[in-house]
Amino acid sequence: MAKVRTFRLPHYDAYPIQVAMFKDVKNAAFLRSQLLAANPEFDYAFLDATMILTPQHLLLATFQALHNSRTSRLKARTAHSELVFRLHPNNNIGESYRTFGISDSTTRLLAVKLSLTPDVTSESVSRHLGEVVEGESVEIGEAGEELGGWADEGKIRKVYKLNGNGNGKTGVVKNGQARDERKEMESVILGMMTVKGS
Amino acid sequence: MAPSAEATVEPIQPPPTPPTDRPLHTLPAPFTDSNLTVLAQGAEALVYKTVFLTPNTPCVVKYRPPKPYRHPTLDRRLTKARILAEARVLVRCKKEGVSVPGVLGADWDEGWLALEWVEGKTVRRVLDGWAERITALQREGKKTEEETEDEAMLGLMRRVGRVVGRLHEIGVCHGDLTTSNLMLKPPERADTSRTPDHTSDSLEGEVTLIDFGLATQSTRAMQEEERAVDLYVLERAFAATHPAAEPLFQEVLKSYGESFKGARLTLRRLEDVRLRGRKRSMLG
Ligand SMILES: Nc1ncnc2c1ncn2[C@@H]1O[C@H](COP(=O)(O)OP(=O)(O)O)[C@@H](O)[C@H]1O
Ligand SMILES: [Mg+2]
Repeated sequence: MAKVRTFRLPHYDAYPIQVAMFKDVKNAAFLRSQLLAANPEFDYAFLDATMILTPQHLLLATFQALHNSRTSRLKARTAHSELVFRLHPNNNIGESYRTFGISDSTTRLLAVKLSLTPDVTSESVSRHLGEVVEGESVEIGEAGEELGGWADEGKIRKVYKLNGNGNGKTGVVKNGQARDERKEMESVILGMMTVKGS
Repeated sequence: MAPSAEATVEPIQPPPTPPTDRPLHTLPAPFTDSNLTVLAQGAEALVYKTVFLTPNTPCVVKYRPPKPYRHPTLDRRLTKARILAEARVLVRCKKEGVSVPGVLGADWDEGWLALEWVEGKTVRRVLDGWAERITALQREGKKTEEETEDEAMLGLMRRVGRVVGRLHEIGVCHGDLTTSNLMLKPPERADTSRTPDHTSDSLEGEVTLIDFGLATQSTRAMQEEERAVDLYVLERAFAATHPAAEPLFQEVLKSYGESFKGARLTLRRLEDVRLRGRKRSMLG
C-alpha cells in the first residue's frame, strides 16, 4: 500500500484528488511505457516531482484539469493528460510531457489521480500504486507542503523564463517589506498558467 | 501647482451601475452552489470573497455577468477580452515586482477571474481617519501640525508615490487610480501565526494596487498623457478627503518624481491635465 493524501479543491468538494509521492523510484521506464500504451489501468498524471514548486502550483493544474473535464472543454485526451498540459507555459502537449511528466530516469515521482467516478478511492489508488511503483512511498501532510519539497527552482525558473530582470531575488525589499521569494515565483507562475493559450 | 480652490472640486464619479437581469446569487461553474458573499458590485463586475485551491487561500472572484442588451457573441468576446486584459496586466506587474494581487485562476468563457486576497485597508480609509482627526483638532481650535507633519503618514505617502512610479515605469497605466484602489497591506508577522493584525492603526506595510479593470499597457506616445491622468485622478481623490490633504499629495508627487526616469515629464504634463480639468468644470 502506498501513502496517499486526499485533497479537496474548494468548490469541487465532490471530486477528491488522490496524490502520492515516491522517492528512489526504480521502474520509471515501465510506468512511462504504460502511459504511452494508454493502458487504462494507468490513467494517472505521473509527474517529475522536481518540477513542482509548491502545493498551489500542482493544485492549479489539477483545478484546471478537473474544471475543463467537468465543463467538457479538455484540450488533451484525458483529464490526467490535461493536468500535465496545464503545467506548461506553452501550448504543446508533447513538450509538457517532456518537461513535467515522468521520464525513464525519474526517481522522484508525484502521482495524481482525480476521483471522477466513485470507484476511484484513496484505498484503490493506494493499493494499485503500492503494487506497480517500485520506490519508497513518502507521506504527504494535510497542507501538502511536501509537494514542493523536491522542487528544482533553477529548472522551474527556466521553463517559465523567470531568469530575467530582478524578479524574485532572495530577500528583496520593495516598497517597505521583504518578500518570500518562492511565494513571488509561485504567484507569477499561477498567473502564467491562467492566461496560457488565450 | 493647483490653486487651493481646486482642492474642493468634487472627485470624478464612476458612471452609474447599469441594471443586471441575473439575480446576484447565480454564479457560473464551479461557484454555482458555493453561496458566496458579494463584496462589491462595480460597473462591470460583481466581486465575491471566497477561497481557491486550498481552504486557506482567500481570494476574490470578479464575475462579469452576461449583458442582456448586447449581442451574445459580442458579449462573450468583450468579456473574454476584458478578463484577459486585467489578468495579463496583473501578471506583468507581478513579474516586474510591482505590488498587486496575484492571478489565481480564470475562466473567460464563464466570465470569472480569481485574484489573491489583499489584507488590510484602503488608503482611502486611512485618509478618512486622518481627516477626521484633523477636523476634530480644528474644531477644538488646536494646531494640526501633529497630524499634517506626522512622519508615519508622510512615509506612507512616499510609498504611494513610489509604487505608482514603478507601475508607470514598466509602461502600465492604472486607469482608475483612486485612493480606494490603493491598499495598505499590513506586514505579515514574523512569528508562527501568519495572521495579520487587523486592529492596529499602524501605517506600516506594503502599498498594493488593486482593480486593474481599466488598466492599459500603452505605447510610449500615449503614456505621458495617461500617466498624468492617473496622477490627476489620484489628486482629486486626495482633494476630496480634506483640504489639508494637499501637502500629503505633494509628498506623493515628490517621491513619484524621484522614482523613475521620465517621471518629471509626467509631472509637467500633469499641469496641462489640471488646466483642462478646470476648464471642463467651468463649462459645467
Ligand atoms: N484582491 C483584493 N483583495 C481584497 N479586496 C479586494 C480585492 N479586489 C477587490 N477588492 C475589493 O472589492 C472592491 C471592488 O473590486 P474592484 O476590483 O475595484 O472591482 P470593480 O472593477 O468592479 O471596481 C474593491 O474596492 C475592494 O474593496
Ligand atoms: Mg473598483
